[in-house]
Amino acid sequence: MKEYQTIEEVSGPLVFVEIDEPVGYDEIVEIETSAGETLRGQVLESSEEFVAIQVFEGTTGIDREASVRFLGETLKMPVTEDLLGRVLDGSGQPIDGGPEIVPDERQDIVGAAINPFAREYPEEFIQAGVSAIDGMNTLVRGQKLPIFSGSGLPHNDLALQIARQATVPEEDEGSGEDDGDGSEFAVIFGAMGITAEESNEFLADFERTGALERSVVFANLADDPAVERTITPRLALTTAEYLAFEKGYHVLVILTDMTNYCEALREIGAAREEVPGRRGYPGYMYTDLAQLYERAGRIKGREGSVTQIPILTMPGDDDTHPIPDLTGYITEGQIMMDRNLNSQGIAPPINVLPSLSRLMDDGIGEGLTREDHGDVSDQLYAAYAEGEDLRDLVNIVGREALSERDNLYLDLADRFESEFVQQGYDTNRDVGETLDIGWELLSTLPRTELNRVDEEHIETYYREDVDTGVAGESENESEGSADADEAAAD
Amino acid sequence: MSQATETETGTSEDGRIESVSGPVVVATDLGARMNDVVYVGDEGLMGEVIEIEGNRTTIQVYEETSNVAPGEPVENTGEPLSVDLGPGMLDSIYDGVQRPLDVLEDRMGAFLDRGVDAPGIDLEKHWAFTPTVEEGEDVGPGDVVGTVPETESIEHKVLVPPGHEGGTVESVAEGEFAVEDTVVELDSGETVSMYQEWPVREARPTVDKQTPTTPLVTGQRIQDGLFPLAKGGTAAIPGPFGSGKTVTQQSLAKFSDADIVVYIGCGERGNEMTEVIDDFPDLEDPNTGKPLMSRTCLIANTSNMPVAARESCVYTGITIAEFYRDMGYDVALMADSTSRWAEAMREISSRLEEMPGEEGYPAYLAARLSEFYERAGYFDALGDREGSISVVGAVSPPGGDFSEPVTQNTLRIVKTFWALDADLAERRHFPAINWNESYSLYRDQLDPWFEEEVASDWAAVRQWAIDTLDEEAELQEIVQLVGKDALPEDQQLTLEVARYLREAFLQQNALHDVDAYSPPEKTYLIMGAIKTYHDEAFAALDAGVPVEEITSIDAAPRLNRIGTTEEYEPFIEEIESDIEHQLGDKY
Repeated sequence: MKEYQTIEEVSGPLVFVEIDEPVGYDEIVEIETSAGETLRGQVLESSEEFVAIQVFEGTTGIDREASVRFLGETLKMPVTEDLLGRVLDGSGQPIDGGPEIVPDERQDIVGAAINPFAREYPEEFIQAGVSAIDGMNTLVRGQKLPIFSGSGLPHNDLALQIARQATVPEEDEGSGEDDGDGSEFAVIFGAMGITAEESNEFLADFERTGALERSVVFANLADDPAVERTITPRLALTTAEYLAFEKGYHVLVILTDMTNYCEALREIGAAREEVPGRRGYPGYMYTDLAQLYERAGRIKGREGSVTQIPILTMPGDDDTHPIPDLTGYITEGQIMMDRNLNSQGIAPPINVLPSLSRLMDDGIGEGLTREDHGDVSDQLYAAYAEGEDLRDLVNIVGREALSERDNLYLDLADRFESEFVQQGYDTNRDVGETLDIGWELLSTLPRTELNRVDEEHIETYYREDVDTGVAGESENESEGSADADEAAAD
Repeated sequence: MSQATETETGTSEDGRIESVSGPVVVATDLGARMNDVVYVGDEGLMGEVIEIEGNRTTIQVYEETSNVAPGEPVENTGEPLSVDLGPGMLDSIYDGVQRPLDVLEDRMGAFLDRGVDAPGIDLEKHWAFTPTVEEGEDVGPGDVVGTVPETESIEHKVLVPPGHEGGTVESVAEGEFAVEDTVVELDSGETVSMYQEWPVREARPTVDKQTPTTPLVTGQRIQDGLFPLAKGGTAAIPGPFGSGKTVTQQSLAKFSDADIVVYIGCGERGNEMTEVIDDFPDLEDPNTGKPLMSRTCLIANTSNMPVAARESCVYTGITIAEFYRDMGYDVALMADSTSRWAEAMREISSRLEEMPGEEGYPAYLAARLSEFYERAGYFDALGDREGSISVVGAVSPPGGDFSEPVTQNTLRIVKTFWALDADLAERRHFPAINWNESYSLYRDQLDPWFEEEVASDWAAVRQWAIDTLDEEAELQEIVQLVGKDALPEDQQLTLEVARYLREAFLQQNALHDVDAYSPPEKTYLIMGAIKTYHDEAFAALDAGVPVEEITSIDAAPRLNRIGTTEEYEPFIEEIESDIEHQLGDKY
């Protein structure tokens, strides 16, 4: 291990060092400042005469006298099952005062890509216990489904609710999620630049529910060095992959807040004087984010799975901002939080219209959830979208000017929000309950309007007893639905 | 890759690494030509020369470069990046540089490790070769010398490679051979085997390009009916995330009536490719009834696989497509997504510190895109044969903004534009192709085919549908202001008819067994049934029947069920006659 005292330049988070022996790209570096402090960094660029090093802890205290040691290996995460129940800082050092971690293995934090040929297609339904997710944007094991949120929205409450309630129904029979025979459940929590208060909220909830013992927490807080944020999610995912693919756990990884991660990328890019892409973010941000998000999934012949729920706050609630935009192109859908719903007191304030789960179709239906699930969700989507559209019109012409049919849709949209989406953070609804609420809403529409539902399902689930609330208002219009009812009775 | 066999080339040209920055490595003293393939570092990572400046050679590396250090050797193969061509490419799945992913899994497990090489086609496997030429016959480049049953549905034709002089056949073999074995010898001293190699960045030669006049029947109503694509044509599918680009691409790969499908997953999701790998072998080609995989070649370079291989994967794909075109097949190539390809170019370009053009993309972006799309077309191939390559490129514009450079440069080239719309996707109108923004410049040249093969008034009925939808778009603007009931009755009725066009015709459920594929006849009949409703309804309106009564007949909502009905012909007849009766009874 060679030691140099040849720092040429310090600029932002970067240090440029003159060397005389070649150093590998991505290699880990230790820098000892004249004050005796040891900082860690990584080689960003390597040539024969000098290297550029990105220092995780920030470059404060480094002068040209500081000594630089190249460790001859890339960054590794010490992994072991004993990590469960531990709280680590953003670079993987324990901060919970517990015993030292004795690793089983040390794994490279830049995970290799999973061969698409070796992947197992995710189709195991995870019941989150949240109607807007289970019913409309179903999560499956091995999926990456981010929460697109905004500043001041309760995304953390939702993430905690999912972490608390998530189960796979079939395996759940008779046994709670904590008693694990077969596959066990683990939560990895990677915090990047969140406030100490938020972090305490998460930890307190983990402790309260006993979830901590099956969790690993990586906490890079708001006042921790920004550059460290670029490695925190990699440490978290390396741990997740180890637990999932070597130890057979079903791992749920919550990463928050990806926006801070991207800010850190931009900071490094700027310090390196790279040609910036959109809004100053580096041109390789898509690739970089993909290297995180793609580390979710299942592998053929292995027990466990990695499911990711990254959380990001959209600057200015703008989903075309590069961070949510690039994320949306990589992840398998998104859950959108909505400021209006939040101010109406809807909890969780999920706007299902721009939300999406790409893997939903294969995870639901007969034998998985319920045979009518897909149809119900499609019909609710279409009906709610129509109701939403009509709201704009009501503002102009008033409700009286609308037809009977339009009024039905308006009512449905209101009830959809206040009964289907609204449930609070402590209510756990199973998928049957969620679909029944869906049918209660759909049954306020005449049967003929349910053009996306299979007739058999209408036969089984359509509820005649539901009051549409408008029957007396206009005789002429309700004839249509009455006719249809008669026809169906034949 | 083919260069596996070429590594013996002169060691004197080898150089050493001077610097490493992500996928870009600079080497000195390397006697390589532009675009030559090199092996970088002690682990022998594959790379390609992309810039030469004095003694310094810049290389883009197709694998992760962690821990590669200056001073390590760089080995030159002296060969440009090429693909291996021959039987065995169908039913295969490759990464961006044609390494078979199943072989890679065998060699290194579930995760993609570095420095492992594998030939694109199995060099050991023996194929049954049946000659189609005899001794004494004259053959030239592009001529078929024999056939090999490659898969259930495809007969692989063995051609005299382009670049051969040709001559008189001296000896012909018959029986089981490995791909590199000689099967035909010519008097010019040249030999022909089943195996060819071709540099990916160079188009394979053809005689001429024709104007395409046959549609690529996709089985998607909005595409066949309103915005058709020709065999040999080019199309772009731009759309924001979540609007269904991949589902649309996959539907095309599954149902289009091409002979061969090359599907390139360029910088997209791993799970999506897995879905294709899992699904395709079980699916049937609706045109032949054979397994879909037996006509498909998949190229998967997911978003977390090395960025340089993402840059090359579209070239690998189109070269394979050209090889089958040369045999006289109609090939459809799907590239999902070309934006990721463009971004890979941008990433490499910025590492090279090139002067950026618009939005950081390199100035040569437009040139590369048009070069790629120009490799599509309906060709007179060498050896007196016709074959086509249709290219469908997905575009992922940031924020769904179509004014960005990749979308704009693509639109300047392609002739069919299927614009995906987030708004439609949100209300689960799929395929979420916006009928007001999309267009096809092939309509006129394809109409004769549809009129001949499907119905003589195909173009007229289509025009009626387009006019109705246009009228609806205008009326909707008014409805937004005053509400539907304020419109005159005839306009209300137009809105109702247009609603059926949207719900019964344009919407199509890709997940429903029956609805997923709609043959042109069915597409036409659905359009016709809605037109019947339109004509009858307006006749009733003219006769003084109030619009509420017209729209409340129970036959009309059944139009929405035609798509999912397998025996659609009697069902449509029944609906049409019910419409006539129910409306006729009212006046």
